[in-house]
Amino acid sequence: MQNLELVYLAIPLLCLAAAVGAGFLGSRIGRTHSHRVAIAGVGSAFVLSCWVAWDVFHGGYFNGPVYTWAVSGGIQFEIGFLIDPLSAVMMVIVTFVSLMVHIYTIGYMAEDPGYSRFFGYIALFTFAMLMLVMSNNFLQLFFGWEGVGLVSYLLIGFWYERESAVRANLKAFLVNRVGDFGFILGIAAVLSLFGTLDYAEVFKAAPSAKLEVFEGPWGVEWGAITVICLLLFVGAMGKSAQVPLHVWLPDSMEGPTPISALIHAATMVTAGIFLVARMSPLYEMSVAASSTVLIVGALTAFLMAFVAVVQTDIKRVVAYSTLSQLGYMTVALGVSAYSIAIFHLATHAFFKALLFLAAGSVIIAMHHEQDMRRMGGLRRVMPITYMTCLVGSLALAGIPPFAGFFSKDAIIEAVHHSSVPGAGFAYVSVLLGVILTAFYSFRLVFMAFHGPSRVDSHTREHLHESPWVVTLPLVLLAIPSVIAGFVLVGPVFDGSLLRDSVSALPVGEDGLALTAAGMLTHVPVSIPFWLAVLGIVLAWVFYSLKPDWPDMLAARFNRVYRVFLNKYGFDELYQKVFADGSRWLGEQLWQWGDRTVIDGWLVNGSAALVNKSSLLVRRLQSGFVYHYAFAMIIGLVGLMSWLFFA
Amino acid sequence: MEIFDGHLLSFLIWAPVLVGALVLLTGKDRRAPAARWIALGGSVVTFLASACLWARFDRGTAQMQFVERGDWISRFHIEYYLGIDGISLPLILLTTVLTMVVVIAGWEVIRTRVAQYFAAFLIMEGLMIGVFCALDGILFYLFWEAMLIPMFLIIGVWGGPNRVYAAIKFFLYTLLGSLLMLVALLFLYNATGGSFDILAFHAFPLSNSVQTLIFLAFFAAFAVKVPMVPVHTWLPDAHVEAPTGGSVILAAITLKMGAYGFLRLAMPIAPDAAADLAWLVVTLSLVAVVYIALVALVQRDMKKLIAYSSISHMGFVTLGFFVFDAQAMEGAVVQMISHGFVSGAMFLCVGVLYDRLHSREIATYGGVIKVMPVFAFFMVFFAMANAGLPGTSGFVGEFLVILGTFSVSGFYATIAALTLIVGAAYTLWMVKRVVFGAIKNTEVEALSDLNRREFWMLSTMAAAVLLVGVWPAPLLEVMQSSVQHLLTHLAVTKL
Repeated sequence: MQNLELVYLAIPLLCLAAAVGAGFLGSRIGRTHSHRVAIAGVGSAFVLSCWVAWDVFHGGYFNGPVYTWAVSGGIQFEIGFLIDPLSAVMMVIVTFVSLMVHIYTIGYMAEDPGYSRFFGYIALFTFAMLMLVMSNNFLQLFFGWEGVGLVSYLLIGFWYERESAVRANLKAFLVNRVGDFGFILGIAAVLSLFGTLDYAEVFKAAPSAKLEVFEGPWGVEWGAITVICLLLFVGAMGKSAQVPLHVWLPDSMEGPTPISALIHAATMVTAGIFLVARMSPLYEMSVAASSTVLIVGALTAFLMAFVAVVQTDIKRVVAYSTLSQLGYMTVALGVSAYSIAIFHLATHAFFKALLFLAAGSVIIAMHHEQDMRRMGGLRRVMPITYMTCLVGSLALAGIPPFAGFFSKDAIIEAVHHSSVPGAGFAYVSVLLGVILTAFYSFRLVFMAFHGPSRVDSHTREHLHESPWVVTLPLVLLAIPSVIAGFVLVGPVFDGSLLRDSVSALPVGEDGLALTAAGMLTHVPVSIPFWLAVLGIVLAWVFYSLKPDWPDMLAARFNRVYRVFLNKYGFDELYQKVFADGSRWLGEQLWQWGDRTVIDGWLVNGSAALVNKSSLLVRRLQSGFVYHYAFAMIIGLVGLMSWLFFA
Repeated sequence: MEIFDGHLLSFLIWAPVLVGALVLLTGKDRRAPAARWIALGGSVVTFLASACLWARFDRGTAQMQFVERGDWISRFHIEYYLGIDGISLPLILLTTVLTMVVVIAGWEVIRTRVAQYFAAFLIMEGLMIGVFCALDGILFYLFWEAMLIPMFLIIGVWGGPNRVYAAIKFFLYTLLGSLLMLVALLFLYNATGGSFDILAFHAFPLSNSVQTLIFLAFFAAFAVKVPMVPVHTWLPDAHVEAPTGGSVILAAITLKMGAYGFLRLAMPIAPDAAADLAWLVVTLSLVAVVYIALVALVQRDMKKLIAYSSISHMGFVTLGFFVFDAQAMEGAVVQMISHGFVSGAMFLCVGVLYDRLHSREIATYGGVIKVMPVFAFFMVFFAMANAGLPGTSGFVGEFLVILGTFSVSGFYATIAALTLIVGAAYTLWMVKRVVFGAIKNTEVEALSDLNRREFWMLSTMAAAVLLVGVWPAPLLEVMQSSVQHLLTHLAVTKL
């Protein structure tokens, strides 16, 4: 298979064309045509992506430029594609989930006045995300990176009349910009060290640059590779919402649910994971960077899981769960298990998109009520939503043979075998995370779908299962949520899935080479499995058997409960220090620096000085002849005496 | 073709001035339509001429091109000496495009002294192109100072309530700086034995202390114009009081004069002093990037906010110049062009709102997107460009400057990169309060969306911003040889 170049080019451009068609012409071509255009574009991109993936898994590979963006200072900045197993996997995931979300949106946004605009945005998102994953260089990566950030901004603020939505999108953009601040410096560091932004050339030159250093302020020397890895990871932390840059993701739930599934669960937020995996040859060279990645990931994994446990908004539970799962992926990156991170990314994309869309299905049925305390017993009226949500929850909790079991267990095994500093802490964190994950996922299931109905009578009359455009994507997503783990686990471990597009798995003495059969037979003695079961049982006890226990516990351990409920106070701290702080500082600088010192004293002050001195000098011109005569006499005397004595 | 090329620059300078005079002849406001159409015609012809310039420019050389040289005042060896290189060419194109846009922007908005208004802009255009072409010190100085007059009138006559204060502040501030430049030019005239040839100044050896003094004299003139902290306070006042067109030209082009002056005069004439004092300029630039961005954050007036944002963005330009790196310097020139389009477009956006509600206060607006969706699209687009989003021109300059600066000093680059955060903060916070949210009051509710004229004016700007963002290669190609030549020149000591 040669000459797939046109296909590579067509994949993102079809999405872009769809975005332009639906977004700009939407009002002219009408709603139905808008979604047809968008779905046709993204659908064909999906088909073509599958073709490309099929080709790649039969040995296809492409690395080449599309056009020269600029030449500056002797360096060529190119826009180009790198098509290898990693990008192929990402392309399929992105276009598949995107297609599901497109179909789902027909039902979910049916009554929204911004219908075609929404399709324009999600198609544009797919374009930007594809540019990101298909890139063969850092520049285009940053293009896609900021592009998805832009669409995320636009979509979080989609319902722009809501104050909370436009606050959330500003916050999301700015927090991401903090990450980008590190990211762009990382790119600058790459360029100054290697003199190129092309991945392949950077990786080729990396081994010989191992001992290079950057000189920091005060003559401190930093290992160049470590600096690059850390700076790039700051970018990844922003986009993949790792502690402490995670604060934007829960607020992003202000956006419509389909985009929570597409952008804030399955694809965009995994861009950071993708980035580190892509950069794996560099991270392999710096234990310090790997260890940082590991610890940040572990912190995110268990801190956010605790918060998920106390949320009552159905979307926020899933959002915090996403944060926690992103932490798992980051942990995998930290222990050099890049292919396992991508494995979990893939399974997570399916079951988390499924969970979000299921939550969305509940939300439409409930007339935009998102509080789980006002739900209950929904399984009777929404059987398809219930079943698919249950599948998603089982996958998330890591129950065999669902997809999440394989990927999560693989991560835990990898951490267990790792010797990266911090691996012990990470191991405890991920084990703790397992029980919490199972607990909050089934807390959601029991609160929303089981037990007596707490739905108010008005809503109850209208409760019904969602239309087929909504349930079809649920079913289509449920399938890979069941089988993806089982199918992929072999290729992940024998390296046939990602080949050399990421650094190989560290194979320990006990052998990390897991197989599906091996993992399944291992289940009865697997600690994570029993922890997950324990979590589910606890959820059942607390939310089905003894529904008054949670409130009792919350009252008993009020202080701890409040810490979780306040999300550890990150938001308040950032609001005080960064938002209010910089406004206060700006106000001071403006009033004091600009208005008082520069304008008041220097500018208007010198004008006033001129004014005052002229007032003084003016007195000399009094208009009285005798004043002038007197001055002349004095002058004459002075002049003569000078001439005389000198 | 020889004759054509030989006088193209003169045509570009004097055609708008003459058309401006013609517009003046239409006189009273009852003949306003004639004034408008003549002005538009003149600006379009000038633009087409500048497009010829772009097409016929030889990208392979750093030599001055389209040179015109003749005696002017032979007694003092003052020459009529014009020529352009790859740095002045994009700036000329920026000038001609924006003059067109500004004429369109003032079309039905200006109702008093219409002929005089359009004449002022056309004459201004000719004078600004003159600055970018002049290769004789006195000619440069003349264009430089003459430019103040139309701008002074634009602010003083068609400006807001506090226009007189602002106009005088603008005039005195810039005049004070440029007088020192005149002193430096006169000194160089004597030192070189009676010539005002700028290229001869470049080659002329000077001692260290002389270089320092000359550099500081030029610095005074150019720092005010850029403007750099702490001589920037004229800009917010001038912008707030100026009519929309005045703000656009002020931000988009006159600020570039200062930066251009650094490249054409201050740096190549005194390269050693420029290297010695680079720390000062870099520090002031970084202060501009951070300090001014924080000040911009708390502005209540949209025009003031954009004015402060301009100062912050121009900090990137001077930073890029004074790290002496090819990427950074090319990035800085791209930033000059980009900022011309982006800040110009932002002022046009504010103008669109101001024409409707006669308020520039952020607090007056809210929820504009509901009633003006097309306008909101443009506003968000230009805001994103202002925040340096990749794919827009705003990114290219910032990106290259940060890359180039990093190879010189990671510390400088880190401070500069803070703009990614603060720049986005002040721009998008304004957008949030003006464009998004619930409709604030009945006045906002009654707003009408862009008319056709406004749509095309903003589309032109958006197309330019997008083109430079997606494919900056042609722009960089034009300036490459000249920037390389300048850097080589700067690297050789003159002592």
